[in-house]
Amino acid sequence: MSSGEASPWMTDADTDHHLKESFMGRAGEIQPEPMFDPHSIRADFPALAREVRPGVPLIYLDNAATSLKPWPVIRAVQAYDVDFPANVHRGLHTLSEEATAAYEGARGKIARFLNASSDSEIIFTRGTTDSINLVALSWGRATLRQGDEILLSAMEHHANLVPWQMLAQEKGVVIRYAELAPDRTLDLDSFDRQINERTKLVAITAMSNVLGTIVPIQEITRRARSAGAVLLVDAAQAVPHQRIDVRALDVDFLAFSGHKMCGPTGIGVLYGRQALLDQMPPVIGGGDMVTHVDRAGAEWNELPWKFEAGTPPIAQAIGLGAAVDYLSQFPWDQVVALHHSLVRRAEALLSAIGGIHLLTPPNQVNGGVISFTVDRVHPHDLAQILDRSGVAIRAGQHCAMPLHQTLGLAATARASFYLYNKHEDVDVLAEMLQNAQKVFHRR
Amino acid sequence: MDDFYREEILDHYFGSSQRGRLDHPSLSADGTNPLCGDAIHIDLAVDEQGTISAARFDGAGCAISQAAASMLTEYLEGRTTDEARAVSAEEMLKMLKIPFTPARLKCALLGWKTVQKALTPKAEPDQPAANS
Ligand SMILES: Cc1ncc(COP(=O)(O)O)c(C=O)c1O
Repeated sequence: MSSGEASPWMTDADTDHHLKESFMGRAGEIQPEPMFDPHSIRADFPALAREVRPGVPLIYLDNAATSLKPWPVIRAVQAYDVDFPANVHRGLHTLSEEATAAYEGARGKIARFLNASSDSEIIFTRGTTDSINLVALSWGRATLRQGDEILLSAMEHHANLVPWQMLAQEKGVVIRYAELAPDRTLDLDSFDRQINERTKLVAITAMSNVLGTIVPIQEITRRARSAGAVLLVDAAQAVPHQRIDVRALDVDFLAFSGHKMCGPTGIGVLYGRQALLDQMPPVIGGGDMVTHVDRAGAEWNELPWKFEAGTPPIAQAIGLGAAVDYLSQFPWDQVVALHHSLVRRAEALLSAIGGIHLLTPPNQVNGGVISFTVDRVHPHDLAQILDRSGVAIRAGQHCAMPLHQTLGLAATARASFYLYNKHEDVDVLAEMLQNAQKVFHRR
Repeated sequence: MDDFYREEILDHYFGSSQRGRLDHPSLSADGTNPLCGDAIHIDLAVDEQGTISAARFDGAGCAISQAAASMLTEYLEGRTTDEARAVSAEEMLKMLKIPFTPARLKCALLGWKTVQKALTPKAEPDQPAANS
């Protein structure tokens, strides 16, 4: 069930350290390392068995957008609809009790997965976007005053950008950005120049969905603490790829989505430190988030239900619990080693082709993402040509327009890996990119 | 080998004589596909009879968006602004002769939309937003 006692909840730093040891042992040389075998689980993912069109199998390299779903998750969602399709926290009948137990059981699984102090710190939301908006509308509105500052990075997804811009407009709050270093990793010196005593919130991604870059969250926590700022981590990409321990990382808020980690769409999580959540007002009013209502007003329910008004996405929450179980059964350091070796292979093959420019910082610890541009071929055209061979990649700005403005690029192409991707997938990617070049270079 | 990216499309993409700007356009407009980063600028020169004497496009983006703008501006030269306004989205897609997936429609129609925008009489400047 769990990933074993040896490395159950690795923090960023542990993972980074481990990777550096295993991959960059001697003079950047790649060492052989026990690596997760994707073939052992491909049968769990029914989508991998389909053909994109007759005779063309699927090569799915768009995992940073959303992952495929394994049978245990599909069955868990279905079990709710088939076996106990009742509302939660309401009925006294058997089905409702079973639904409530499964829903709250999923919360418990997630709390343990993140090493949260209690289940009350796990709030179910619709996804990362919803989680970040909850913090902005509740904590942000109640806490921030004119002239306060929010520190973001130059590589944020719109989900960790627009809610703060909206809040800044409303409250007269100032937004600052920590820049990227020339190698496109986070520039910690720039971060240090931007953080100050007016910084009330640091909101930062733990892993860039465009570059694959991993941000050293423990370094960020230390800086946020000494500035007295609250720290929110956008872990939409990090939770699917790293073991995250919210207590070891000492973060205040952590947001992620179920659908990028083998779970269903429509479900996500906001982890919040209990002391903060306790003080925060609810954002959405309705059933389930109250203990008493009369004509004059209402009293809020306790955590976490204070933030879960209305009938929640019950089946999806149960599905996310199943996804956590599913992922937890694998030796995660070996899965990370697989992602790494896929990226390394992609770096090697793509840079050997010529006319391809990698945006992903080379030879860095990376969460399974490789982004690039191809001379003369627009990313959209690339994605379309690759799709004809069944290869699914993402093209565009990946919901990170300011990052693309910083990089001076109108659009990029991105291949992103997950635990069912094999090395041959990378080979096909490289071959099809050459194919696309031929289509466009023949004049 | 690829019917989508056939010679004609790539000719329009790489070597279009329609690409560029006019010194004194009678009408012009800009269009973007914000999510993909495609951008098109359209210049039209219209004579007294209402005939488009020159049409140019400029911009950056995928082959489809650029080729479509090139084909359309070529087609518009010598036609009246009324005829240009009457070009439908379906006719634009017919010119491209490509089976479009919904995702690529935006690319295919960006030039057409921008031409339509250039041909639309300018509206009054926006009212200042109530809360600013
Ligand atoms: C880094 C990052 N943040 C936020 C999001 C938004 O997640 P969602 O669309 O599931 O709310 C994503 C994914 O799209 C992401 O990659």
